[in-house]
Amino acid sequence: MGDAKPAANAPSRAILEKIFRTAYKIRVFETEGIKLYRQGLIRGYFHPYLGQEGIATGVCAALKEGDYIASTHRGHGHCIAWGADVNKMVAELLQKETGYCKGYGGSMHIADIKTGNLGANGIVGAGIPLGVGAALANQVRGSDAVTVTFTSDGASNNGTFMESLNLAAIWDLKFILVVENNQYAVSTKIEESTRETDLYKRGLAIGVESHQVDGNDPLAVYRMTQDAVETCCNGKGPVLIEAVTFRHMGHHVNDPGKYMPEDKLAFYKERDPVDRARSALKEMTTIANAEITAIEAEIAAEFASAVEFAVASPEVSAESFAAFAANY
Amino acid sequence: MRELMYREALREALDEEMAREPSVFIIGEGIAERGGSYKVTEGLLAKYGPGRVRDTPIAEAGMIGVGVGAAIAGARPVVEILYVDFAMLGMDMIVNQAAKFRLMTGGEGRVPFIMRTQGGAGGGVAAQHSQSLEALFYHIPGLRVVMPSSPADAKGLLKYALRQDDPVMFLEHKHLYMTKGMVPDGEHIVEFGKGDIKRAGSDVTVIAWSNMIPRTLEAAEELAAEGISVEVIDPRTLVPLDREMILRSVAKTRRCVIVQEANRRGGVASDISSIIMEEAFWHLDAPVGIVAGLDVPIPFNLALEQASVPQKPGIKAAIRHALHLKPVALAAE
Repeated sequence: MGDAKPAANAPSRAILEKIFRTAYKIRVFETEGIKLYRQGLIRGYFHPYLGQEGIATGVCAALKEGDYIASTHRGHGHCIAWGADVNKMVAELLQKETGYCKGYGGSMHIADIKTGNLGANGIVGAGIPLGVGAALANQVRGSDAVTVTFTSDGASNNGTFMESLNLAAIWDLKFILVVENNQYAVSTKIEESTRETDLYKRGLAIGVESHQVDGNDPLAVYRMTQDAVETCCNGKGPVLIEAVTFRHMGHHVNDPGKYMPEDKLAFYKERDPVDRARSALKEMTTIANAEITAIEAEIAAEFASAVEFAVASPEVSAESFAAFAANY
Repeated sequence: MRELMYREALREALDEEMAREPSVFIIGEGIAERGGSYKVTEGLLAKYGPGRVRDTPIAEAGMIGVGVGAAIAGARPVVEILYVDFAMLGMDMIVNQAAKFRLMTGGEGRVPFIMRTQGGAGGGVAAQHSQSLEALFYHIPGLRVVMPSSPADAKGLLKYALRQDDPVMFLEHKHLYMTKGMVPDGEHIVEFGKGDIKRAGSDVTVIAWSNMIPRTLEAAEELAAEGISVEVIDPRTLVPLDREMILRSVAKTRRCVIVQEANRRGGVASDISSIIMEEAFWHLDAPVGIVAGLDVPIPFNLALEQASVPQKPGIKAAIRHALHLKPVALAAE
């Protein structure tokens, strides 16, 4: 299936820098977030997006204001790529009043409806019908917004996958289903979950334009998403994009991921999406190394200041929760 | 006032709200050209077009989920599910998505999603098409549970449902669609959480909803001939529940029977009974009685089907029983 387009379509420095910044920001958020978890500042679940940064980064770079996204339990990367406020994200992970969900949601439920982020989701596969629903709402009200649902190989064996994609297809919705194939459903490898591991073929079976892309190549993902957006806007949607990738660690912070073969992990780490975003920026523009170092320092400082903000933020109010619960 | 069938009253509500608010749309199986299995959506396709009245494949989890997603994104979808039994295929979307979204987003996200469906026994459609499943939804925080018993209530409640912002389980009854009743002219809206006294009385309060209302009213009429004055109250919405109306009536009559078509175990009647015990115990002259379905799937055979859900003789017997239990006189020490 199609990979990168010819270099004639070389993206601008602005786009290349944006892609690097986003991928790097996700890397910092997850790496530093895990440290906070280990220090006991974050409780509950934390599913790192490490190794998959290229997908959220490439997809969101091709979307515009007014579009919608729906995410997964592994959702920090999608939020950041969508332009979320890192202060409010960290505050949510630290269960503070100033978090995106006032501390009521946590890592698996960060959403920002006003900006079209329909939210992470604790139920695998559930974001697909929700995203199709947003696309349907937009069609009913005559909006040209595109909706992307990020989902996974794990979700591809859930009934909602085909049910919802089929609804999007019969109604020609402006909907893009991004299947992040990280090759594990929690700890079960894809070869044990399905006989056909090329997941894009599921879309072909019901008449949906479907492609496979190297998910560790943010530029390739970006270009493919641009094409998918165009297809949707021409009334030929939905589109399925299978982005093949690999996690850098287990399913969540407390899963050592011992079932992941070392050679395979090494293969994907050599194709690290953040390194590739950095290389693309270096090779395709005249940016100086010092500028890149400055960007990295800026992002690290932004995260550190978000932690300060979150730590200093007020605790949630038991009184306002009681009032909230009484009206639920 | 005009006389309308329950299904006509529902159609009027949809029609009026679709005319008023362009983001209201309907999806479901056979609801567009066919007008729905119970003819509720008849004519709406012609009036509002295929963008807002859409048939779906048989994919309940998908269509309920799509409705929830559309609601989160700010539209006002109505998803018609042919039988409440089929809603079980979409329970994740109802329980884990629609009901929890507002909390999970710290109150920011709202889900003005309506699932219209119907339940109930009596049609010879056997175990997978006859259930009364309101207790499942009643148990889940965040859902509104609406069970209209008359055309006027059906219209007013559906219109209200389309103007509020929480997920609504709008549970109709298959035996009520063809029943008739007077419906007020003009804008007729029934707020959630406001019950209705269907028949005033002084000797005993009977709480019922949905198809148990007409059955209980008949029983009350027959008992009136024997000099028993029965007050029949209909909460109309189980969530939110009009506790005040219930407690006021029980305080007046001092006796209470609750009639539900659903099977007894873990049912709404048991919960209402517990509320009365907690809050009106000292007003009671007799234990709260419950008439409910048997804890068994609904069988096909007509006689067995009837034996599985409350019938008029059983309701009358429970009312008489509540009246004949005299308060126990405390023995003087």
